[in-house]
Amino acid sequence: MKEIYLDNNATTKVDEAVFEEMRPYFCELYGNPSSMHFFGGQVQGKVTEARQRVAALLGASPEEIIFTACGTESDNAAIRSALEVFPDRRHVITSRVEHPAVLTQCRNLTQKGYRVTEIGVDGAGRLDMDELKAAVDTDTAMVSLMWANNETGVIFPVEEAAAIAKSKGALFHSDAVQAIGKIPINMADSGIDMLSLSGHKLHAPKGIGVLYLRRGTPFRPFLVGGHQEKSRRAGTENAAAIIALGKACQLADQYMEAENTTVMAMRDRLQDALMAAIPNARINGGGAERLPNTTSIAFEFVEGEAILLLLSELGICASSGSACTSGSLEPSHVLRAMGVPFTCAHGSIRFSLSRYTTDAEIDTVIREMPPIIARLRQMSPFGREFLKGQA
Amino acid sequence: MWDYTPIVKDHFLNPRNVGDIPDADAVGEVGSLACGDALKLYLKLDDNKDKIVDAKFQTFGCASAIASSSALTEMVKGKTMDEALAISNQDIADFLGGLPEEKMHCSVMGQEALEVAIAKYRGEPIPEHDSEHDHGHAYPDYEGEIVCKCFGITDTFLKKVIETNRLTTAEQVTHFTKAGGACGGCIPKIQELIAQVLGSEELQPRKRPEKLSNMKKMQLIQEVLERDIRPLLWADGGDLELIDIDGPRVQVAFRKACAGCASSGNTARMVEAKLRDLVAEDIVVEEVSA
Repeated sequence: MKEIYLDNNATTKVDEAVFEEMRPYFCELYGNPSSMHFFGGQVQGKVTEARQRVAALLGASPEEIIFTACGTESDNAAIRSALEVFPDRRHVITSRVEHPAVLTQCRNLTQKGYRVTEIGVDGAGRLDMDELKAAVDTDTAMVSLMWANNETGVIFPVEEAAAIAKSKGALFHSDAVQAIGKIPINMADSGIDMLSLSGHKLHAPKGIGVLYLRRGTPFRPFLVGGHQEKSRRAGTENAAAIIALGKACQLADQYMEAENTTVMAMRDRLQDALMAAIPNARINGGGAERLPNTTSIAFEFVEGEAILLLLSELGICASSGSACTSGSLEPSHVLRAMGVPFTCAHGSIRFSLSRYTTDAEIDTVIREMPPIIARLRQMSPFGREFLKGQA
Repeated sequence: MWDYTPIVKDHFLNPRNVGDIPDADAVGEVGSLACGDALKLYLKLDDNKDKIVDAKFQTFGCASAIASSSALTEMVKGKTMDEALAISNQDIADFLGGLPEEKMHCSVMGQEALEVAIAKYRGEPIPEHDSEHDHGHAYPDYEGEIVCKCFGITDTFLKKVIETNRLTTAEQVTHFTKAGGACGGCIPKIQELIAQVLGSEELQPRKRPEKLSNMKKMQLIQEVLERDIRPLLWADGGDLELIDIDGPRVQVAFRKACAGCASSGNTARMVEAKLRDLVAEDIVVEEVSA
């Protein structure tokens, strides 16, 4: 069965050109970039090139790029560093809708005596900027806010938030894992101190991430050991993956326009058609500025896992903000924070597209989705009551 | 992705007996939209009003909830009501070739709907629906004190599930009933219920010895703590330490999750019951904060 892959916020296909770029660095050019000999040196040359390519996509300079193993490591390193740099500041601010990579760490900090404020969002998923302004004080070591939400695609005004953090001397970090490659980012013209990126969200392989660290920002490394990454992240470089990420960033720059035109048009067509064909549905975060590739739609009276598995039977891969898929029993913390009613939070489905998505695939989903929802509603006691009311 | 058996997949993709029975003899409803799953079960009895001749269901929920409902309707057809009541949630899971532990609450929901339907038909007393909980009730027709406020689950019901399925950790109880799966506020209470159920059960047929020298008694106390008590506490992230033994007085300090736990008093009683059972009748357990 050929898959229709609309789960690109979970992970993406490695671009063939990216794979070709990294291929020689396993069996042939396997040298250690730190070695003194020519064999390691040629790998180092490619790592340097990759660093430049990543920096170019971010509008950063190469020495501001620290390669890590994943987005989660970058997030952890950023927050820990801020706390070590400012031992007297005992307050951290984040949002209620952050990715667990940030949220779990912040919640753990409360057990270590830190004060943690989680800023709320409105019904459309927009950050409460007044709450943020009121929360930042001179005790705040770090404000960490995601650039764009993984579940809804809602974009936060991170530059404005960074300015608020700065006004009290706090460091500002943004988990930009979902945003990079989908919307333009320019760190040269930014007040953000640290930024996390994950390779596998933009057609590079899994196991490679970046922590952007603004020049002059005080920093304490998370991993200590060798002198790699200017002693800011010890451990032998994952050279092949770094080289792959460089290529992926170069391609992301080339495809940025398509992402915001072609991909966005397909996303809009998909959500408009589903909203027109299926009653009692709502777009989570529909009223906010969102990533061009993401839509999260809540269907009343049905449960997400059942929808996903029926889609999966047809080869369609999507994701759900619902309880039963993740092993937890609550609807996602993001949808709850937005106040999405329980009646439809359990039936929320996220479609996340990529530059590989085709119009034909969107047509298939538009055709297959309404009967799936109808079938499950027919089976659901609440759906039947609803259908009866409509007749 | 869940590792569902082919039978679960089949009953999800081709559910048997979806629908309603307009002249049903018995109807049982459990769950709510807020809980994320719900089941409405219809039963039709034969002319003698004893044997179930038809069963239909409507389910809101995940794949295993739908499959469990479908399985249940197949299992009860042709059975008398008493035979049907003997079906346990484990029987439903077995019929499906097994369910992931996180999904066992789906089979519990099926078993529960069946009980409610038959109790209603027989006119057995059913308590008033308690509507003070914002999320509605998962199992509205179970008597007892509400333990899990999020899902509206009572202590009577939880104890039954703990006992039937021999559950030993709060996490397992969540997987089977959803209790504790939302805000988590009731987890200490769930641990307390587990301790009560386990404490009252004769897990080991071991007998307490007739007469003990002081030295032997101290050894036996230590042994029981190590073998029978600490593993139970570890399962919930807790622990205890033996501080002193002075005649019949056994002093323990609770550690980790047990330390400062609101229900440590009950845990202490559980420890005491166990020690009285296995060591000596006059043992008194005291909690010290050393």
